[in-house]
Amino acid sequence: MNPATSGRLVGSSVRRREDPRLLTGNGRFVDDITLPGMLHAQFVRSTVAHAAVTGIDLDAVREVRGVVAAFDAADLALGDISARLDRPLHEFVPTDMPILARDRVRYVGEPLAVVVARDPYAAEDGIEAAKVTYDVMTPVVSDTQALASGAPRVHEAAAANTLVDVAMFATEGIDDVFAAAPCVVRVRTKTGRQNALPLETRGAVAAWDAKEDQLVLHTCTQTPHQVRTVAASCLGLDERAVRVVVPDMGGGFGQKCVVGREEIAAAAAALRLGRPVKWIEDRKDALTASFLAREQRYDVRAAFDADGAILAIDADVVCDMGAYSCYPFTAGIEPLMASAEMPSVYKVPAYRVRGRAVTTNKAPTAPYRGVSRPQYVMVVERLMERAARELGLDAVEIRRRNVITEFPYTGINRITYDPGSYLESLDLCERVLKDEGWYDARDAARREGRHLGIGYSCFSERTGYGSTAFAARKMRVVPGFDIAEVRMDTTGAVTVTSGTQNHGQSHETTLAQIVADELGVELAKVRLHQGDTDRVTYGWGTFASRSIVVGGSAVHRAAAKLGDKLVEIGAHLLDAKPGEVERVPGRIRLRDAPERAVTYADIADAAYLRSHLLPDGAEPGLSAVASFDVFDDGTFSNATHGVVVELHEGTGRVEILRYICVEDCGVAVNPQVVEGQCRGGIAQGIAGALFEQITYDAQGEPSATSFMDYKVPTAWEIPDVAIHHLETPCAFTSTGAKGAGEGGTIGAPAAVLNAVNDALAPTGVELDDTPVTPETVQRALENAS
Amino acid sequence: MTETGTASRETHLLLTLDVNGERHELVVEPRRTLVDVLRHDLGLTGTHVGCEHGICGACTILADGRPVRACLMFAAQAEGMALRTVESLADGRQLGDLQQAFTEHHALQCGFCTPGFLMLAEGYLAETPDPAKDEIREVVAANLCRCTGYQPIVEAIEHCAARRRARNPKEK
Repeated sequence: MNPATSGRLVGSSVRRREDPRLLTGNGRFVDDITLPGMLHAQFVRSTVAHAAVTGIDLDAVREVRGVVAAFDAADLALGDISARLDRPLHEFVPTDMPILARDRVRYVGEPLAVVVARDPYAAEDGIEAAKVTYDVMTPVVSDTQALASGAPRVHEAAAANTLVDVAMFATEGIDDVFAAAPCVVRVRTKTGRQNALPLETRGAVAAWDAKEDQLVLHTCTQTPHQVRTVAASCLGLDERAVRVVVPDMGGGFGQKCVVGREEIAAAAAALRLGRPVKWIEDRKDALTASFLAREQRYDVRAAFDADGAILAIDADVVCDMGAYSCYPFTAGIEPLMASAEMPSVYKVPAYRVRGRAVTTNKAPTAPYRGVSRPQYVMVVERLMERAARELGLDAVEIRRRNVITEFPYTGINRITYDPGSYLESLDLCERVLKDEGWYDARDAARREGRHLGIGYSCFSERTGYGSTAFAARKMRVVPGFDIAEVRMDTTGAVTVTSGTQNHGQSHETTLAQIVADELGVELAKVRLHQGDTDRVTYGWGTFASRSIVVGGSAVHRAAAKLGDKLVEIGAHLLDAKPGEVERVPGRIRLRDAPERAVTYADIADAAYLRSHLLPDGAEPGLSAVASFDVFDDGTFSNATHGVVVELHEGTGRVEILRYICVEDCGVAVNPQVVEGQCRGGIAQGIAGALFEQITYDAQGEPSATSFMDYKVPTAWEIPDVAIHHLETPCAFTSTGAKGAGEGGTIGAPAAVLNAVNDALAPTGVELDDTPVTPETVQRALENAS
Repeated sequence: MTETGTASRETHLLLTLDVNGERHELVVEPRRTLVDVLRHDLGLTGTHVGCEHGICGACTILADGRPVRACLMFAAQAEGMALRTVESLADGRQLGDLQQAFTEHHALQCGFCTPGFLMLAEGYLAETPDPAKDEIREVVAANLCRCTGYQPIVEAIEHCAARRRARNPKEK
């Protein structure tokens, strides 16, 4: 950072700049957009999980009052969404996702036709009139069924219904290690299928702009440039003829970082009809037919020596990815994450993993906050606690003996971990729970026959995945860099563009803090713009906790470059050489005569309105563009979570009595925002551990079609979280910040599940599957008594 | 408002709605929900739609001072009621005290659920100016938020109530 100006705003919890409009009802979300002549789209969706489509009759739909048009796949003739890995066929089977299903449907809710009407009610009426006939096939509704011999195929190309199958890191001699180890523990777990569940469902407003000769697609996406690429390809347009604009977004959590089918179908309808078309997903479709996540099965063994040092991990991971690969990540998103990173925060000398993605007749999978890390951290933390039990060690002590303490550390998984506070976070978390008396409380409760338990999770979270990290996954389309522009106008006000995409993370505040500090201008003078492919040079949007690391570094670099230009022009205006001046907040002054200075406004005046004053060769105007990429293994945030639960007999309720989070995301640009990310993330992690699950029956019918069947936890279930901060700065970001978006979600399931199992310890029952429902807990308590 | 044509005299209703102290005359289909009329006919898009089945509470408004789900009411049912939406809370560009407490406590992230929580709390605090924290938590449990983990929402409401009591001691 510029030493003359740094430290004023970065590190401080300044009020969020997005709040006033959001608090007054002046936010503008996609459903708030109304265009003249706008029509409303909804989709005829498959009512069966697996079938050949023998007929789609939309004639009656077109007769419904208010319906303007109805199109099926044959009417629109759109290209498919194709997501690819650069891997051989035995590791990755390419499949395509059509915008509208043609002759085959693969899940309940798959879109078959788009109905366009004068109002949304009439569009719903139209859907009712559609007649689709099917030749029903046996659906594949579980990973075990998918892998069984003779199972029906979801995609003809995918034998054994396997889209991804990778074997990695098989350390030589690992079988001998297991054979000789004094302690081998095993965890087999199945985690429930979840919905990332942004409270704002997906949606789009598409319209042709005749003046600009462009399709303007307003849509709530985390990745606007990637939506542009896919929309242009599916619609047969040049990319310049598609402008993606992202309004305020009501969350995303990964579900909106892939390209959906409906926004492209709505755009196609708008082009065909020459009128704006809006599509707003209803909650039933959001629950059943959007993108889901997290349904995984693990069978993992770990070997330990007699002192509790881990010797090896051997893992088999199967992820149920549903019907299609998502763009750009593919069905590899979950198994490749789990396989690459499972050794977690521990010094694991030997590792072997097989990771598979299987395809089933369920709604497809997208990344969801944490991506596989909530699952494998839960597995590894269960292994630790199980081994501790076997060896008669304390659950924290066994972790203490295994965590990485010397950095940088290159793991058996060939990932290099930058400095973190793994041991320190563990120690502090344990000390807090002890000091608060929870260990005594647990023991006292046990004597009374109550069921209290304490559980931990210690983990890290790779943030700032750059292009090399995604290339290592062998993605055909490789995310990673970001491009920022910083521009100063004639009044000295600063406009910043970033290729990241805020959807609740406070970028308008935090990225502006970084720029304001670097340039030495007031925060109020800095305005961030995102989410417009015509306004923003390029970017990969927001996912994988990348925005403050990659986007923050890009805006900082651009601001520093603009600072250099201010110095160049300022020095010239002062008749000095650039080396003779210095940049201080709002001004350039002579080092030797600080009273001689020009303000940024003076420089801007010269740069735009009196450019004849500029030094020879200087470009008029004040703007700078910079990019940033991470060419090593990123930077690892870390945390330890400590949880106290009580299990209630009679109801099976798991009550969280205390939740401690000791987190380290380097320098927190805005500590209050970081705490918000922790708390919100933990709530989503608890949701996965205890509440949320979408199941399918034998016919492939999803169980959860409304919030009556999908239990999103409320303020009654989510506890207060006490947060303690440690700070191990990142070496390569200008601010020292690491990412903070996903850690809460990653750590919570493991800590909660370990606490439940600690509470159950006297009963001898152990639970490994999530969500842990009241029924499961009640059964465990009954069996024990 | 939703559709004009020959059938409208038989199939549409003429309604008068009182929203934020302003009277609006509208012609709507009987099946049109209150939230759709507020958002799309009156342009009051601050009230949001999260589920359309009364669980998430993003569409919470006040009807005669009491929080209601605007997605569960037909517009026709709201005639004769004094309706208040999030657009009524600020005084021009000056945030109201509840809104101020929300921003101070970082009680919103994406902001989609926020108008519903604000109106829920506004109705609740009018009725219960001196709530215990657990009671606030129970009321807040009526609505869904996916971003904050709820703690800052509870704290913001508690803080706002305390400030109001400090300003008007007799309300205790």
